[in-house]
Amino acid sequence: MADYPVLEYDVLVVGAGGAGLRAAIEASSTGCKTAVITKSLLGKAHTVMAEGGMAAAMGNVDDRDNWRVHFADTMRGGQYLNNCRMAELHAKEAPARVKELEAWGAIFDRTPDGRILQRNFGGHRYPRLAHVGDRTGLEMIRTLQDHGIHQGIDVYAEHTILNLLMDGTRCVGGFAYDRERGRFKVFHAKAVVLATGGVGRAFQVTSNSWEYTADGQALAFKAGAALLDMEFVQFHPTGMVWPPSVKGILVTEGVRGEGGVLRNKDGKRFMFDDVPENYRSSTADNEEEGWRYTQGDKNSRRPPELLTRDHVARCINREVKAGRGSPHGGVFLDIAWIKEKIPDSVTHIKKKLPSMYHQFKQLADLDITKERMEVGPTTHYIMGGIQVDADTQMSTVAGLFAAGECAAGLHGANRLGGNSLSDLLVFGKRAGEYAAKYAKDHGAGKLTMSQVDEAAKAAVAPFDRGAAGENPFTIQHELQDFMQNLVGIVRIESEMQEALGKIAKLRERAARAGITGNREYNTGWHTALDLDNMLTISEMIALAGIERKESRGGHFRDDYPDKSADWAKYNLRVVQDGNGRPKVEHVTVVPLTDEMKQVIEENK
Amino acid sequence: MSDSVATEKALPSSAIFRIWRGGNGGGGFVDYNTPISSGMVVLDAVHGIQANDANDMAVRWNCKAGKCGSCSAEINGKPRLMCMTRLNTLDLTVPVTVEPMKTFPHVKDLVTDVSWNYAVKKKIQKFTPRKPDAADGTWRVQQADVDRPQEFRKCIECFLCQDVCHVLRDHNLHDEFIGPRFLIYTAQLEMNPIDAADRIPDLKDSCGIGYCNITKCCTKVCPEEIHITDNAIIPLKERVVDRYFDPIARLFGGGK
Repeated sequence: MADYPVLEYDVLVVGAGGAGLRAAIEASSTGCKTAVITKSLLGKAHTVMAEGGMAAAMGNVDDRDNWRVHFADTMRGGQYLNNCRMAELHAKEAPARVKELEAWGAIFDRTPDGRILQRNFGGHRYPRLAHVGDRTGLEMIRTLQDHGIHQGIDVYAEHTILNLLMDGTRCVGGFAYDRERGRFKVFHAKAVVLATGGVGRAFQVTSNSWEYTADGQALAFKAGAALLDMEFVQFHPTGMVWPPSVKGILVTEGVRGEGGVLRNKDGKRFMFDDVPENYRSSTADNEEEGWRYTQGDKNSRRPPELLTRDHVARCINREVKAGRGSPHGGVFLDIAWIKEKIPDSVTHIKKKLPSMYHQFKQLADLDITKERMEVGPTTHYIMGGIQVDADTQMSTVAGLFAAGECAAGLHGANRLGGNSLSDLLVFGKRAGEYAAKYAKDHGAGKLTMSQVDEAAKAAVAPFDRGAAGENPFTIQHELQDFMQNLVGIVRIESEMQEALGKIAKLRERAARAGITGNREYNTGWHTALDLDNMLTISEMIALAGIERKESRGGHFRDDYPDKSADWAKYNLRVVQDGNGRPKVEHVTVVPLTDEMKQVIEENK
Repeated sequence: MSDSVATEKALPSSAIFRIWRGGNGGGGFVDYNTPISSGMVVLDAVHGIQANDANDMAVRWNCKAGKCGSCSAEINGKPRLMCMTRLNTLDLTVPVTVEPMKTFPHVKDLVTDVSWNYAVKKKIQKFTPRKPDAADGTWRVQQADVDRPQEFRKCIECFLCQDVCHVLRDHNLHDEFIGPRFLIYTAQLEMNPIDAADRIPDLKDSCGIGYCNITKCCTKVCPEEIHITDNAIIPLKERVVDRYFDPIARLFGGGK
């Protein structure tokens, strides 16, 4: 075999967003020699984009809040396909994880009595999101980064994992290249944590950065792990729609939390027209009550704009399709109107939503304190991912753990806003803790260098084809285009079948991708290497989407528009068949304990 | 309501971008004529060129919304984020030059080696909380007392302030001066009401705060509009002066 450097670690963490950094901090704090690999520079991972806040039932703003309400909200939002044990752990542990961030230097917005301020968000009964204006993700990643660098964690910035290395059925590391120099490295580890985020780059209109190419999900699948709930992709209701170059960039739900309202071209607040049965009792039936709720009136119910994301996205989609949309194919999101209610609304909006003000001013020449924004759905998040044990976060492959967006279970069929940042902290910590334990309980596994050689050979193949090969950017753009149109916000069997056919053809073309230049910071090469992961996961999304013949959460079928009681019993799991191809299975939803049933009942 | 289309200046259908290509100490400008459209930013044009004309062109980016600070470059000679520089703010009748930041070692095309910044941060004394105020291990802090450190924590670490700072850019004092980014980093720690550490001696010595002669170049290029000089560097300089150079205190044998 070629002479690649072999780096020895107890725990290897892949990904340096919230989950990866939290896992690394935990693992290294137990004395494990820990490495973090990140595709970008440290502190740039997609967590930085999170805006609204992290959900934790601390009860600082409304003391009626507690873990039981948060648990019930999460399960209702996920349409009861969640792994209930994960939802329980999450609701119970999130407050401690948030307070810990403050002890590590995070500076949250404050309540009048000096505690961490919490804000309203869709699907959360009480103000629950600890936040810093609308840049909470930046605060979180910077806090973890600045804490982590003093812990002796080795950070490998701008490195990408090509494949996981296996000792039989156990994961023992990963084979990587550094993006800057293009050199290969072997990471030999006793335990591996995947924290690679989502899959948004497989879609055309997305809030996700280039990094979101489904790496962790695909690497785990190829290593033999099971994936769960892959049909559930979240389309965030409010992305920018204009100008074209920023289409998809996120507009935080916090705008609606602060009193922003959705209107169609006739000025109508269309969200009042369609409130789902299970949310009717907790939703305001008039505009005045909705406004009072956003201003902290405990006796008011939430405005329909703060219903769950899947529902709001579909309502927007419906308005646009019915010809009632805004000039650029979205609807209007209006926060400027609060000048009728608040004396110095301009200052108020800039203070509460500074980065939204900035974003629209700079990218769209629009002043949100005076004008309405135009927004529409954008691919934001995947609820599905690597199947993990609720307590330990270990996947179905020994020694391989997963946390954050690339793992599945907590969010079921639809994630509530704010539950992602808290997910990263709660399960990032658990993954780090149990990966460290696994590393201590097991010796180093055996490396098989033939696995490395095969991967290296495949990785450099695009250079042999050179300019005569397919342009990797073109392949990526085509995938994004048809995934958006055929496996997007509204799905139908024939279109998803069509997508499968196109994926198969693109896979053949991806195998012919060609690259010019050398291996040093060659973005075309990096894109060519990302294609396989994106195609692997796109296929699973379509396969699971075809299989689930109902509409639930993020999965909406035009040919099966209703929720089915029978389908409520199953999660869909994707595993390898005998030939390494994906196979979809039905697995029974994790049953609720009696106590959980009671908690859900008392919070109905 | 105003229609946002109306405010958009009409753009030509294509423009020339003069981009620095090369690595390993070599390289030069290459002109690319690329199609453009309404609302585009420089990063869009660079991506278009990369996808169609120069697959192997190196450029860093992540969020494309001014939140991650990855796509720093010098556009027509000015340090800026490519994702936040709209084409309708540039003169497109002449080529738009796009170069890597000059203060850091060049890697390839638009990418530089910014690792020095990460090494500097590691040397700054870490956040050290005082005893919690409440039995549950939390603190009581008023919003008014954190407004200022929160301003500094808006920093997205694009390092444009480091790029423009003449102490680093022209005088290469990377070993003696931490630069504006890390002065505001130190400022947010020093002004955090929960932090109990003392970084004033380090500011005077290893951080080299005396090198800053408050020309405010850093403040001017900050995409987050942080008042780096007025709100962070000057107050820190005052703290150093109060501690070490107060003539009254020295007269009475004080000072440390």
